[in-house]
Amino acid sequence: MIRAVVTVVGQDQTGIVAGIATALAKHEVNILDLSQTIMDRNFTMSMLVALNGSEDFNTVQAALKEAGEAMAVTVHVQREEIFDTMARV
Amino acid sequence: MDTKQIQETIQMVQEDNFDIRTVTMGISLLDTIGGSVEETAHNVYQKITNYAKDLVAVAEQIEREYGVPITNKRIAVTPVALIAGQADEESILAIAHALDDAAKAVGVDFIGGYSALVQKGFTKGDLALIKSLPRALTETDVVMSSVNIASSKAGMNLDAVKLMGETVKAITDKSDTANAKMVVFANAVEDNPFMAGAFHGVSEPDVVINVGVSGPGVVKRALDQVKGASITTVAETIKKTAFKITRVGQLVGSLAAERLRVPFGIVDLSLAPTPARGDSVAEVLEAIGLEQVGAHGTTAALMMLNDAVKKGGVMASQQVGGLSGAFIPVSEDAGMIDAVKADTLSLAKLEAMTSVCSVGLDMIAVPGDTAATTISAIIADEAAIGMQNNKTTAVRILPTNGAKVGDMIDYGGLLGTAPVMPTVPASSAELINRGGHIPAPIHSFKN
Repeated sequence: MIRAVVTVVGQDQTGIVAGIATALAKHEVNILDLSQTIMDRNFTMSMLVALNGSEDFNTVQAALKEAGEAMAVTVHVQREEIFDTMARV
Repeated sequence: MDTKQIQETIQMVQEDNFDIRTVTMGISLLDTIGGSVEETAHNVYQKITNYAKDLVAVAEQIEREYGVPITNKRIAVTPVALIAGQADEESILAIAHALDDAAKAVGVDFIGGYSALVQKGFTKGDLALIKSLPRALTETDVVMSSVNIASSKAGMNLDAVKLMGETVKAITDKSDTANAKMVVFANAVEDNPFMAGAFHGVSEPDVVINVGVSGPGVVKRALDQVKGASITTVAETIKKTAFKITRVGQLVGSLAAERLRVPFGIVDLSLAPTPARGDSVAEVLEAIGLEQVGAHGTTAALMMLNDAVKKGGVMASQQVGGLSGAFIPVSEDAGMIDAVKADTLSLAKLEAMTSVCSVGLDMIAVPGDTAATTISAIIADEAAIGMQNNKTTAVRILPTNGAKVGDMIDYGGLLGTAPVMPTVPASSAELINRGGHIPAPIHSFKN
């Protein structure tokens, strides 16, 4: 199982959470944690997710990017270790 | 899930130009020596293309999964003079071409190690390699070269210093930019992943992955947060930032090594600038409190920066190596270029700065009519600083035919643009023409 962090940034609008969550579900990706806020009128969301399905990282990443582009928001998918590594020995 | 930490990490990459500058695979060529130079060249090509075939794909996949750019993928090999003992200056070119072809076949950006270690004297292979440099560096595209002419332990080979001055001029006669692919060292390190000086030392394993991290932009932003605070706070801030940067290098290096099934060597935690604004070591020095780099106080600020970077990185990585510190190339750093243009930063000040930075006089353009012996003397000065202070120093100097002081020379890509700087017109010829060997300093006798 691969754990990854999905970050979404863009102009706030209806259906961003739904759009991203739908894309995740379609690729058998489970949401473990979610944090969302509006900063300077920008929608920002971070999700901790687990790739349980058989689809590989690249496929899921491409699908989420596509979902983001459809709503004109920027989506990044990065493996979780990068965020842990930087602050801990 | 710590969203603050996530945002900080993403900002480092997207706004502060943070990158892994290079994942460099070191490959030993000691088992490629054949019965003839042609056979050796053939073996070199075979070994490199076999060992490094997955390097670029693996690095790109890591880049993709972790969202940190890996700017360059590189290869460093055993100093070629060591495997070319039987070659002459013509036949050794077959190995230069084998390196170039192999690097292109596996898709890496550069291959380093067309090198010779001559601090104590020349072998036949060393001389063949040095004399082949003007052709080797202009007939190949991605081959990088280094020549070590001094060490704290062995002293300085003044014959080699003279020869390298002449070689730099001979290279200039063939190309205005090829000297950017060659560096003259004192105390060269065997596990440096950065170019042009990367080579795979003889005491290294058969194959190894070394990583070079960068990130002057990240340090600059951190320093912008502590404006007006005491220098103690500045040093502490740099240390903490260097720690974070190096941790990413450690992660990427260990992942690359694991996926390629080769040992992980070192993280080189250098602040290496690029010509992009906001990715500048000069701007870091200015954020410490200088109106412009080159002002009085620059050496003090650089000493503190270099030391704090090393201290922050040491804890963050299983093994720190390479050059590790701050690089101060002129052409690759927008802030340095500005300071030279404004006459704030001189060659003399740069030389002083190299006594406390991690390398030396780097990417400095000088007029084409600079005497070979003057270039040799610049190399000798730099090597003396390294020898006496037990540190690596280097000279990568770029005379350009027809260029006058103040002209701008474009080297392309990461190598940037350099303003032509004046040298001292008085002659150093008599010193350089003496030849011989400067003995090792007294404090080198530690055994």
